[in-house]
This record gives sequence, C-alpha cells and structure tokens, in this order.
Amino acid sequence: MFHDLIEKLIDNTLETSLGHFYPELVLSVTIVLMLLCRLFPIIDRFPTALLAIGGAVTATIASWSQLSGVQASPGFSETFFTGLMIQDMFSVYFRLFLSLFLVLTIALTILSGIPDAEDAPDFYTLLLGATIGMMIMASANNLLMLFIGVEMASVPSYAMVGFLKGRKSSSEAALKYVVYGAGAAGVMLYGISLIAGVLGTGDMSLLAERLRVVTEDGVAGLGDAEIRLVALGTMLVMVGLAFKLSLVPFHFWCPDAFEGASAEVGGFLSVASKAGAFGLLVRFCVSLSGPSSAELMTAFGIGLGVIAMITMTFGNLAAYAQSNIKRMLAYSTIAHAGYMLMAVSAMLVMQNSDQAASLRQEINACVGGLLYYLAVYLFMNLGAFAVVALIRNYTFSEEIDSYAGMVKESPALAICMMFCLFSLIGMPPFGGFFGKLMIFGSVYKAGDLHWSMYVLLSVGGLNTVFSLVYYIRVLKTMIIDERPADSRRVRLPSLEGAYIGLLAAFVLLLGCAPLIAEGLSVMAGQAANSVFAVLASSR
Amino acid sequence: MSPNPDILLSLIIFAPAIGAFFIAFMDGRAVDQLRGFAFLTTVFTFALTIYLYLSFDPEAAGMQMVVVKDWIPSWNVYYRLGVDGISLPLVLLTGLVSMLAALASWSINKLHKGYFILFLLLESGMMGVFLSLDFFLFYVFWEVMLLPMYFLIGVWGGPRKEYAAIKFFLYTLAGSVLMLIAMLMLYFTSGAQEHSFNLIELAKVAAGSSTELSVALSPSMQITAFVLLFIGFAIKMPVVPVHTWLPDAHVEAPTPISMILAGVLLKMGGYGIIRIAFPLCPWGTQAAAWVLVAIGVVSLIYGAFAALAQTDFKRLVAYSSVSHMGYVLIGLAVWKMNEGVTDAHSANMWNMGISGAMFQMIAHGVSSAGMFFMVGVIYDRVHHRNLNEFGGLMGKMPLYSGLSAGIFFAGLGLPGLCGFIGEVFVVLSTWNFSKALAIVAASGVILTAGYILWALQRVYLGAEYKGPHAEEITPINTREAAVASVLLALAIILGVFPNIIFSMMNGSITELVNHMQAGYEHAATVVNQQLQAMR
Repeated sequence: MFHDLIEKLIDNTLETSLGHFYPELVLSVTIVLMLLCRLFPIIDRFPTALLAIGGAVTATIASWSQLSGVQASPGFSETFFTGLMIQDMFSVYFRLFLSLFLVLTIALTILSGIPDAEDAPDFYTLLLGATIGMMIMASANNLLMLFIGVEMASVPSYAMVGFLKGRKSSSEAALKYVVYGAGAAGVMLYGISLIAGVLGTGDMSLLAERLRVVTEDGVAGLGDAEIRLVALGTMLVMVGLAFKLSLVPFHFWCPDAFEGASAEVGGFLSVASKAGAFGLLVRFCVSLSGPSSAELMTAFGIGLGVIAMITMTFGNLAAYAQSNIKRMLAYSTIAHAGYMLMAVSAMLVMQNSDQAASLRQEINACVGGLLYYLAVYLFMNLGAFAVVALIRNYTFSEEIDSYAGMVKESPALAICMMFCLFSLIGMPPFGGFFGKLMIFGSVYKAGDLHWSMYVLLSVGGLNTVFSLVYYIRVLKTMIIDERPADSRRVRLPSLEGAYIGLLAAFVLLLGCAPLIAEGLSVMAGQAANSVFAVLASSR
Repeated sequence: MSPNPDILLSLIIFAPAIGAFFIAFMDGRAVDQLRGFAFLTTVFTFALTIYLYLSFDPEAAGMQMVVVKDWIPSWNVYYRLGVDGISLPLVLLTGLVSMLAALASWSINKLHKGYFILFLLLESGMMGVFLSLDFFLFYVFWEVMLLPMYFLIGVWGGPRKEYAAIKFFLYTLAGSVLMLIAMLMLYFTSGAQEHSFNLIELAKVAAGSSTELSVALSPSMQITAFVLLFIGFAIKMPVVPVHTWLPDAHVEAPTPISMILAGVLLKMGGYGIIRIAFPLCPWGTQAAAWVLVAIGVVSLIYGAFAALAQTDFKRLVAYSSVSHMGYVLIGLAVWKMNEGVTDAHSANMWNMGISGAMFQMIAHGVSSAGMFFMVGVIYDRVHHRNLNEFGGLMGKMPLYSGLSAGIFFAGLGLPGLCGFIGEVFVVLSTWNFSKALAIVAASGVILTAGYILWALQRVYLGAEYKGPHAEEITPINTREAAVASVLLALAIILGVFPNIIFSMMNGSITELVNHMQAGYEHAATVVNQQLQAMR
C-alpha cells in the first residue's frame, strides 16, 4: 500500500511534474554550477555572468518549447507535484516572460558592470533564485506554494536591494524592505492559516467549492462566522500581495528600496516581482470566485478598484515632487501597479456577476489586457531603468537635473528614454497605450455591472493626464534644457546603445507592428483563457 | 488613369516620415541640404495630394479610394483609409501649409536636423488624422502628432516655450483621454459580439442602416459620448473656455510651427466634430445643438474682444483664430428641428452652415497661416512684436506691407477674399436657427474689422519706424515673398471662385445631412418606444 503510493509519487514526479518544471530546474542547476565554480581553482576565473546568462537563455528556450506544446492543446491545464502547482498556458506565459526578463536583466548587469567579478556569483544566485520564486508564484495551485513562492522571491530581493554594501542608503533601504516584508509575510501566513483552517484545504482549485459547503444556505454572507474568517483571511493574504505589488498603503518600502538599490535591481524588482505577484493575485482571485461567493467577491473586486484608484493617484502625485530619477520611477511603478490592478478589479466584478457566462470573452480580455500590459511594461520600465543605470556609469549621478541637455551628448539615449517614457504615459504608437486601452476597455465593460467601475475608469483617465507632467519633465530636462558646460561627458558605446535600442524598438513594435502586437495579444488571450479552465474542470 | 489607393493614400501619409528617416542619416551640419531635402519632401507630398485631388470624383458622395488592411484583427483594429469631400480639402490644405511652412523654416537657427525630422513626422501625423477611417487609427495619429509638436514648441520656441509646450500637451492629452473613453463606449456598444472601430459602420449603425453591426448607442448614451467627444475636439479647435492653451502655444512656437498650428491643427478639432462626433451621435448632436451654437458665438465675440486688447502682434493673431473658429462651430451646429421633424428649408440651411464652416476652415487655414508668417517675417528683423513700437513699415518694406495688407484683409473677411464666403454662409444659416444669435454673430464682423484695421494702422502706417533694431529692417526677400504671395493668391482665388472648394464637398455634406436626419429619426423611434414601454 505505502509502497504503491511511493511508486506512484515517483512516477508522477518523473513523468509529469519534472517535465512541467524544467525551466525552473535549469535555473536551479545554473545556481549550483555558479556556486560550485568558485570551489575549483582553474574554473573560478570563468565569468559567472556568462554562466548565468547561459542558464537564463536555456530557461527561456525551455519555456518557449513548453509554450508551443501548450498552445497546441487549447485549454490545457494540469496540476503537478501532487496538486501543489499547476501547468497551463498562464504559467508558461509567465515562465517565458520571467526568463526572458532575466536574460535582459543579466545582459544589463554585464553592460553596466554591477556587480563586479568578486560579487558576481552571489548576485546572480540571488537574481536567479528570486526568479524561480516568481515563477512558482505564477504557477502556484496551493496556498502553501503561494507563501513559498512569495518568500522565495522576497528574500533574495532583500539582499539584492542591500547589495551596494558600502552605501548607507542601500543598507537602510534593505533593512526597511526586510522589516516591512517580514511583517507582510507574517500577516499573509496568518491569513492563509485562517482560510485553510476553515475550508480544510490549501488547494486553490477547491476553495470556491469548499466555500459553498461551509455556508448554510449556499450563499456566503458575512453574517456567517466561518465566512467572516475566510474573508478576513483573504484580506490578510491580500496584504501580503499588496506589499509585493506596492499598493497604497503598503508601498512605503518601494521608493526607499528603489532609491537605495542600484538601478539594475530596481528595474528587476519593479517588473519581475510585480509580474509574479499579479500572476498570483489573478489565480488567487479566480480560485475564490464561485457561485456561492459571488456577492463577497464582487465587493472584493470593488475594494480592489478603490485601492487601485488610491494607488495610482497617490503614485502619480507623489512622483511630482521627486528630484531623484529612481525615486520618481519608484512612484511611477506604484502608479502602474494601480493601473494593472484595475484589470483584476474588473475581472472580479464580471466573473462574479450573474452574467458571467455571457461575458466569458470580456473576462478573458481583462486578464489578457493585464498580461499584455505586463509584457509591455517589461520593456518600457526596464528601458527606463537601463538608461538610468548607463547614465549613472558616466555621470555618477541619478538626479534628474544632471540629465540636462543629454540629447546633445547622446541622442540615442535620449530618444530611447523618450520612447520608454511616452509609453509609460500611455501614448500611441507605443506599446503602453495598447495595454492601457485593453485595461480601460475591460473596466468600461465592467461598468455595465457596477457603476463604481465607471468611476474607476474616469480616475484612470485622469491619472493618465496627471502622469504626463512628471514624465515629460524628465524629457524636458534631457531634450530642451541646455547642457551645463562643466558636466561630465556621456559616451554611448555601441553595445550599450544596441541594448537600449533593442528595448526601445520593442516598446515601439508592441504598439504598432501588426505581427508582434497581434501575436502577443493572441498569446495573452490564450493564457488568460487557461486560468479559468481550472474552474471549469473542478466543478 | 485611376491610382492604386493602397499606395497613394499610404504614401501621402508616410512620405514625410520616410523623408524624416533619411534626414536622420544626413550630416547635421549641412544645413542647406537638410532644408532643401525637407522642403522637397513636403513638395513631393503636396504633389501627391494634388494627384489625389485630380483622381477624386467630386460627383460621387461617400468615401472614395477606401483602403482596408489588417492591423491587429484580434482587437478589430484595421488600417482603414479613405477620402471624401470633407477630408480632401483639408488634406490639400495640410500639404500646402506644410510646404510653405517648410519654406518658412529657413528662419530656424539651431539643431536643424532634429527640427526637420520632427517637422516631417508632424506632417505624417496630420495627414494620417485626415485620411483614417478607423477610430483607433485616427486616435493613434491624433496622438502621434502631439509628440513632435511638444518638442517643436519646447525646443525651438520663444522665451516661455516650456510653459507653452507643456500646456499645449496637457490640454490636448486631457481631451484625448475623454475621446478615448468615448471610443471605448462606441466600440463596446457597437454590437453584441461584433465590435468595431470602423467609423463608417459606426456612423451607419447610428442611422440604423448598418449591415455589419447590430446595436447602436442608446440615445442617452449618445449624449454622453457626444459630450466627451465634443470636449476633446473643442480643446483642439479651440473654443472658449478651453482655448487658453492657444495664445501661449501660438505665441511661443517658432513661425513655421505657428503656421501649422493655426493652419492645420486647429482644423482637426472641426474635422473631428464633423467626421466623428456628429455622425456617430446624431441624437447627441441635436440635443447639444443650441449649446454648441451659443459656445460658438461666445468664442467669436470673446476672441475678437481679446484680440482687440493685445499689444503683442502674434497674440493678436492667435486670438483672431479663436474668434474665427467660433464661426466654424456655429456653422457646424445650426441644425434646427421643428418639433423633432426637419423641414427641407432647415435642412438646406444646415447644409449651407456646414459648407460655410468647412469653407471657413480652409479660408482660415490660408489666411491665419499667412498672418503668422507675416508676423514672423517682421519678428526675424526687429526681434520684437510689440504693436505699440511698430509703425511706418510701409515706407521701408513696401512689398511686405502690401502682401500683409492683403492677407490681413482676407482674415478680416473682406468681400472678394476667402474669409468673406465662410462668414457670410455661416451668418446666413444662423438666421434660420436663431435670429438673436445671428445678429450677435454678424456683429462679430465689426469687431474683427476693428482689431485688424487697428493692427494694420499701428504696424504699417505712420510716419516712421521708431522701435528697436530700426537699422535691421530690410526688404522682404524672394523666399519670403514667395510664401506670402502664394497664400495671398490663394486667398483671392478662393474668394472669387469659392466653388472650387464647394464643388468638392457638396456631395459629402449633403450625404452627411441626410445621414444625420436618418440617425436622429432612428434614435427618436427608440426614445418613443421607451416612452411607450413606460406607459
């Protein structure tokens, strides 16, 4: 009996689970190799960065091959590791997204020279480790994995923020991040224990069903003590996720961490860690949505909408006053988290309405829009941070004022920055516009069901206008202002120029190239579709 | 020989952008080559628009040379272009004004390469706005135009350039966001499953005659959508009270950019209203008609009074634009219904109003571009624009003063020049709509005459020039004279043979009027049904 069980487990692991998990395995092997290399005198000279980027490229190729496999069978969804994780188009999309992003980040660190050869193994270990954590977040199918994923992504992030060891601000930032993160993690764990305790399972695909079972009359209302506990637990889990997403009021770590950390790390955290957290948030929200919890989850969705409004307004307004570009970008990150949260909010409102069946396409579009936005966000935000990192290497300054007249020193850099920032504003023909349009469209559609979505939409629109001022201030400084005579020279070697140019080109192409934009939006749509497949199969 | 529309229309839009691409690889120090190449690009584009005009069939109503290509089909976004009698004159105007502005760009004295790249991208954006038939595409071009404009004002502008540039950008972006929301409304309500951005189909569905789409906007939604669209376009147009970006932007922009701003960009507001806001929301239009006419009259009078109060020559011209665009809005909106039914007389009057408004847009494009150019010419010499320090230019620059007088008279609306036709048509059609408003609108002509004649007197007449830099006043050179005489010649030709423009757009405007009535009736039946259901 017991023997059979073990046999089955081994079979399942070898035949299914590891097959789904191998991009993560590739990264894990790379980490081990990087650490081992140091032990042997002959190969310890081998540049770790190359090893790291090799691993990341392999993981990207592995994810790509998974993608074509999953695309072949639409609606494919399979749990693995005995139901702890789930493999579907959504997980694969995130895996591909994160590993591609990892490649780009490592390439940036190679170009900008942070970290030095001595620290490289430590840094890349942390970087790869955090990425594995984020991949786990996006494919978690159990509350336990949710927690493990978040922590696995967070702990290396703390260390990376404090990686500039000599700098006081860096250590301070890391400490703030750790303390805040630890608090959020504790709260989240408590929330998980409440949910799992009441519902008797951590399996996310069963949550909605169990929720129906524990209610007396099939409709979950707050009058029921057990439902109250679950609602409390959900909110506590949301605290943890809000911390990862830097939503107001759990955003305090974000500006400090970004200012203290190097721009490379800032770029990584702002994109990857958000992406993972959004993947997780979508899965978590979908898992709790069911016929019995419709009312509660609609309220939750509207609550998220309110948080989204506050977050983007706060982020945009606070960014006005910043003179440090990394701090400004940190607030811009907060604002963008707000934009993206709009999609989740609209999804919840539609998914839990009585018209959910007829709105299938629109509900998919919410998640599809979010995924598209994330993909564009990767390029535009990383592009902006990369420009900051490269300029820092020449001028040793990250103040916006020190960018004055940059266009005369290095037109390419200024133009790439222009592409990225215009895309962040959401101007066509750049990719940011398309992402924003898809999300606004979903929110508009959800407005049919609840008026608050119209409010959300108008606040989103208003924020687009707000955000113009501080983004354009950077461009004004770079392009319109005169370069002071005594400022340091900025040269742009061809390789760095090519890197930035590549990012900027993608920002543009995702906005106007038919094949690329169409391809990505179809892919995002399929990925979105697959998240809901688990619901259909479990009921 | 009929041209291939795929190539012709796309080339009109993208030829300037291709030119900009080549300029990016040219040597930034070879200023003459840059200027020459940019100018040739605009000449080529203008020639293409002339070719478009020649192959256009003025007899046929509706869209011609329609191009449909997949762009991002999964969101129902298509690359749709086409031209009709409403967009064709504006396309021609854009080609012409851009060409003349390129010729006026000799006065730009720094960063020539960047300037001409942005200039040509701007022209691409403008052409795209006038030729797109897909709302999404329209919106993209509309925004694309903003980016170069911001830098053209911000880098090459006057002393308060940064303020003016950001103000321009903020106002227009705010309008665009409203337009975006309206766009989503129209997109999602255009059908149960078959959403579309196709402007033609969206217009048809509003009139109940679409074959592709099934559900029109409900009448109440039409009003919301119309208000959103109208605010977006009114900012661009601009009308009081959202006009305050205009004096700043026009004054701070370098001369050629002021020409484009006044000559073409302001027309986009009017064009947007007539191409999108009206046909897509006929019910909303009718509901708002009286307010629109009133806003138009207020702009007209307010702009004229503001122009009277200016001491800066360029600011005066800028406010005159606000005033003139008031006529456009009045002419567009004089749609009178008696008890919900349009009689043939009112329909004809409205037709006349729209024709007048369209003509006024073209005429204003010619005359205001000319006025800004004339201000620029004198500013290049004496480096100030203070009306009270001018005087006596007639003696020193006779040719310049003569050309200026002609162009300013065109702006004034002197019979025989282009400004007259539009104003008369608009005022006449307003009489049918509301006699009181017509009288107020007509009295605007007196104010216009007041500020223009007074300006002419202060600048050109008088015994002698006593202001600063008197020694630098040189007669107008050949290039400048060429730009001015082309504009003046056009002002005269259009004033004497207005039918050149009217014959182009008659068919399309009649179709628009019929369409709007059908749309109104369609919405009215829906409203009646709802009322029945409530009883």
